[in-house]
Amino acid sequence: MSKSPEVKLVNVPSPNFVPEKDADKPLVLEAAHLGIDFGGLVAVDEFNIGIGATEICGLIGPNGAGKTTIFNLLTKVYEPTRGTIMLGGKDTHNMTPVQVNQMGIARTFQNIRLFDKLSVEENVKIGLHNHIGYHTLSGVFRLPSYWKEEKKSHERALELLDIFGMADLANVTADSLPYGAQRRLEIVRALATGPKLLLLDEPAAGMNPSETEELMNNIRKIRDEFQIAVLLIEHDMNLVMGICESIVVLNFGRIIAKGTPSQIQGNPQVIEAYLGTHRG
Amino acid sequence: MNMIKNASSASKKAFLNYGIVIVFFIVFQTLVSTGNITSALKGQLIPIVCYMIMAVSLNLVVGISGELSLGHAGFMSVGAFTAVIVSSAMGDAANPAKLVVSMIVGAGVAAIAGFLIGIPVLRLNGDYLAIVTLAFGEIIKNILNCLYVGIDEKGVHFAFNNPDALGMNPLGKVVINGPMGAVGISKIATFPAAVILLMIILIVIQNLVNSRTGRAIMAIRDNRIAAESMGLSPMKYKMLAFTVSASMAGAAGAVYALNYSTLVPKKFDFNTSILVLVFVVLGGIGNMTGSLIAAGVLVVLPELLRKFSDYRMLVYAIVLILVMLVTNNEKLKGRIDTFFKKFRMNIAKGGRKK
Ligand SMILES: Nc1ncnc2c1ncn2[C@@H]1O[C@H](COP(=O)(O)OP(=O)(O)OP(=O)(O)O)[C@@H](O)[C@H]1O
Ligand SMILES: [Mg+2]
Repeated sequence: MSKSPEVKLVNVPSPNFVPEKDADKPLVLEAAHLGIDFGGLVAVDEFNIGIGATEICGLIGPNGAGKTTIFNLLTKVYEPTRGTIMLGGKDTHNMTPVQVNQMGIARTFQNIRLFDKLSVEENVKIGLHNHIGYHTLSGVFRLPSYWKEEKKSHERALELLDIFGMADLANVTADSLPYGAQRRLEIVRALATGPKLLLLDEPAAGMNPSETEELMNNIRKIRDEFQIAVLLIEHDMNLVMGICESIVVLNFGRIIAKGTPSQIQGNPQVIEAYLGTHRG
Repeated sequence: MNMIKNASSASKKAFLNYGIVIVFFIVFQTLVSTGNITSALKGQLIPIVCYMIMAVSLNLVVGISGELSLGHAGFMSVGAFTAVIVSSAMGDAANPAKLVVSMIVGAGVAAIAGFLIGIPVLRLNGDYLAIVTLAFGEIIKNILNCLYVGIDEKGVHFAFNNPDALGMNPLGKVVINGPMGAVGISKIATFPAAVILLMIILIVIQNLVNSRTGRAIMAIRDNRIAAESMGLSPMKYKMLAFTVSASMAGAAGAVYALNYSTLVPKKFDFNTSILVLVFVVLGGIGNMTGSLIAAGVLVVLPELLRKFSDYRMLVYAIVLILVMLVTNNEKLKGRIDTFFKKFRMNIAKGGRKK
């Protein structure tokens, strides 16, 4: 596996740290004392994180630890019971998923959520929606702006698909893609919305080792090309240790460790959480 | 490969539909002008076109935006009765002008009704639209049953429940007479005008669907959570589809009304809404070609089915339920799909062996 060189993490003003290269840039995301209860169940509690402008951060933990729930909090699918989420310095309290997407957060889903019956290209164009500059009436009356913008978004969609070498699949319906390609399409679609922070929920699930290797390279490529931050949930430790600059480990809804890949690998609490007999 | 969906297939389908409408028009216009058509069928031509408009516009809501509306006839009646008032109020303006203005105003008033219903309902996530539109259809019918409108040289007079409250001078003419409905309508609708309206509506729907806006509507239908995470507001696009659809039903209602000399509110009741829904479901949810054909065939069919008159709605209901079960039940759909696949494979195998 091609491993990224280990970077140094530095403290920023707050309980968080980010890679040294991002230290002088504002954080894309900062969450403090975040928590949510479902009825009596405390699914997430005291979750604190700061993500640097071009950081690749991993969120790991055993099944049911609350990782996906954290994505749902950050993207406002759930309104947090406690704590704050700052996106680009703005509090997202009471905002909707639509609003936070427009502020620069985009995600993929653990259980793939593509627009199944639409084509691959249409899926990407829906991601581009807020960057396509014509109005409903221009579309209905097929005004010049419609043709111009549709052409532009067609080209942009193919460009984005090409990151994963999927441009030739543009006209295939999304649900006919193999599983791995569906995951890649979700990433392209999220990227099309023009995020500053990309959340990937188990992007390598169901992929074989060579697909995973390629995915790692592409995630790095996306970060470098678009200069965005990535927060990813993943069970594949090769991927996590290979591309993440920092890692947050979650267990029972709480952070049990934070640090560089080598710090995490050697952390006895993490090993305990993963191998502990009290949890499958 | 059947999984390949060409980008051009959408526009091919659109042109197929324009073709169907044009052929339909040419055939029947020829039959009419050569006198080769029964008077019963001739009288049905405008209603058929109106029901085609109703079906494609309802399909925009049910098929494209994925919401169930059970009160589409309510919008039709709003358009119809608005058109009666407008056309009467225009006095002796030229008929085509009266027709066009009535259609536009009818569509506009229906759009407002749709907008007002949509605002509270479509912000909720669930099947509330079905219940509210059902209620709307019934309420509109009851309101129109109590509505009296008269026109004299001073203008249009409205009264509710009490025709004497109209306060017209003796030369005034009652246009809408409570439960008796609209009376003395001037029959100014024409078959070509209705077809032109259908054509315009088809163009609007198909261009809308094949645009940024239509993609957004379908994305929200297919996966609301994903669409929201892409920055698409479900409320905005569901409202748009619903309001546009209501306005189209209003325009259809206008043409429909101006084809009769009298019209009762009861004409646009729940049964009519369900009838239109049947066209949509039978023609295929989201399939505009199917809606056109289903509406065309099923408006003519009752004439033939008249023998079973009492069982007609029962038959419709049973067909509707069966089709809904099949189209909405993934397991059942899967089973039917595999059945047909096996069936086809067997045929193919059989063919090869022999
Ligand atoms: N909407 C909800 N209502 C009630 N409980 C929920 C809800 N969403 C998540 N939970 C619970 O919260 C806990 C965390 O779930 P979550 O899906 O975040 O785990 P995860 O870390 O993503 O696990 P996995 O690795 O299996 O994806 C689980 O116990 C789950 O049952
Ligand atoms: Mg999860």
